Amino acid sequence: MKIPYYPGCTLKSTAKHFEDSAIESAKKIGIEFVELPRWNCCGVVAPLATDDIMRHVAPVRNMIRVLEMNRDGLVKDEKRLLTLCSMCYSTLKRSNLRVNELIDDLDVLNDFMYKEEMNYDGSVKIVHFLEVLKEMGFDKVKDKVVKSLENLNVAAYYGCKLLRPKEIGIDNSEVPIIFEDFISAISANPVDWHNKSKCCGSFLTVDNKEVVVDLGYDILTDAQKSGADIIVTSCPLCAYNLDNRQKNIKEKYPEFKEIPVVYFTQLMALAFGFPKEITGFDGNYINSVKLFKSKNIKV
Amino acid sequence: MTDKRKMINVFIMGEAQKVPEGSTILNAIEYAGYQLKKGVGCREGFCGACATVYREKGDYKLKGGLACQTVATDGMSLVQIPFVPAEKPVYDMDKITPDINTIKELFPTVFRCLACNTCTKACPQDIQVMDYVQALKQGNIAEAADLSFDCIRCGLCALRCPAEIVQYNAGTLARRLYGKYLAKKSPELIKRVEEIEDGKYDQEIKELKEMNRKDLTEKYYSREIKLDT
Repeated sequence: MKIPYYPGCTLKSTAKHFEDSAIESAKKIGIEFVELPRWNCCGVVAPLATDDIMRHVAPVRNMIRVLEMNRDGLVKDEKRLLTLCSMCYSTLKRSNLRVNELIDDLDVLNDFMYKEEMNYDGSVKIVHFLEVLKEMGFDKVKDKVVKSLENLNVAAYYGCKLLRPKEIGIDNSEVPIIFEDFISAISANPVDWHNKSKCCGSFLTVDNKEVVVDLGYDILTDAQKSGADIIVTSCPLCAYNLDNRQKNIKEKYPEFKEIPVVYFTQLMALAFGFPKEITGFDGNYINSVKLFKSKNIKV
Repeated sequence: MTDKRKMINVFIMGEAQKVPEGSTILNAIEYAGYQLKKGVGCREGFCGACATVYREKGDYKLKGGLACQTVATDGMSLVQIPFVPAEKPVYDMDKITPDINTIKELFPTVFRCLACNTCTKACPQDIQVMDYVQALKQGNIAEAADLSFDCIRCGLCALRCPAEIVQYNAGTLARRLYGKYLAKKSPELIKRVEEIEDGKYDQEIKELKEMNRKDLTEKYYSREIKLDT
């Protein structure tokens, strides 16, 4: 199955291991990511002000590219746009929802983008990789597992963007289960914990690090108390705040014990038997190899 | 002698002038009596010095172009841009790396791009300016260098950008980084430069310099082209 794929800027630089592990794992179960030609930044933050139409230009322009892919035969009747990064998923999906609800805004946007060869008609569907896996059936994922992760206790960190606002959530925003189902499919043990959708502090990491340190401490220690060995996420910003910021957490809370935080696709690639060039555990800040060794999982 | 050509009306910096039909904007300005010391260069569409902003009769859109390449039309309103005082960071090519960190440090405004495409609309060279800004945002230096290759640094993109990005200077950085760090090295070129520095061709050049035009022309057309295999 060929599906239009939107990488997002971070997946081409600091989260390259997220992209590599996802693309290869997807291939194994018959999904080919076809990168969107001439894609641009998703817009990062979905504007909330009703008159802030300008910030919808970036997301909508990407949707025009999906229509062009169909027109040019790069994919066949496939209007879904697959995302990996939670932030891109959220921004694109919220914008898509908005222009479908307020058709006048779509006219304004199309008018502004008169240089584009096609107008956007609202027909693209933004999807997250986890949703695509669920739709295919997690059994398909299970079938490809060659390396058992049965001793590994994994905490799924949803963060905000995959679940809220609920109109765009990939699952029930109060009681999500999709990530846990995925973890079971790759043969690991999902742990139940409280802070799975607590905010990581997001962009406050730039100018108010303290807030992120405190939130991160709460989130990570809760996962540990619930028996987690490792945390998985699908957001590069959450990953930065929960992984790289452990250095700052340790400075403020000396008793804090570090815990690896990786992208869910890295564990998927590991279970599928991919080598370290694909799993990319070197790309994470906290070393996870020691953990895998203690669980007799060869990396 | 009177000029028999058909004349058109143009507005240069708001002043009505009559200029011959078919004139380029540059010719029109000079015909009207202005002497340009800035905002003019090669007159061949290569140097990028003659950026102009104009609006055509009946159109609300402000457009950008090169004065030496754009033909003036009846009712056109225009102004020359003598210089764009945009930010130009100073960097040492030996101390920077061809990756996203360099872009973040030297051109942080790149990350404010709204993807509005106004820069592309303004570009007289038909460069996909927004696409190379997006490539920079992704840390794809090679792509940015390739897409911005035809840039002649007129500055119209930066003048129109709502995110206040200095596209043309960022593109220049990408091409410099590509040339120094990413482009495939040519061993032949290195060898030839060494030969030149060792004086291998000094005598031959001296002889050529001293030849008269006739002999030189003859020698040129009868030359043998040797290709190393």
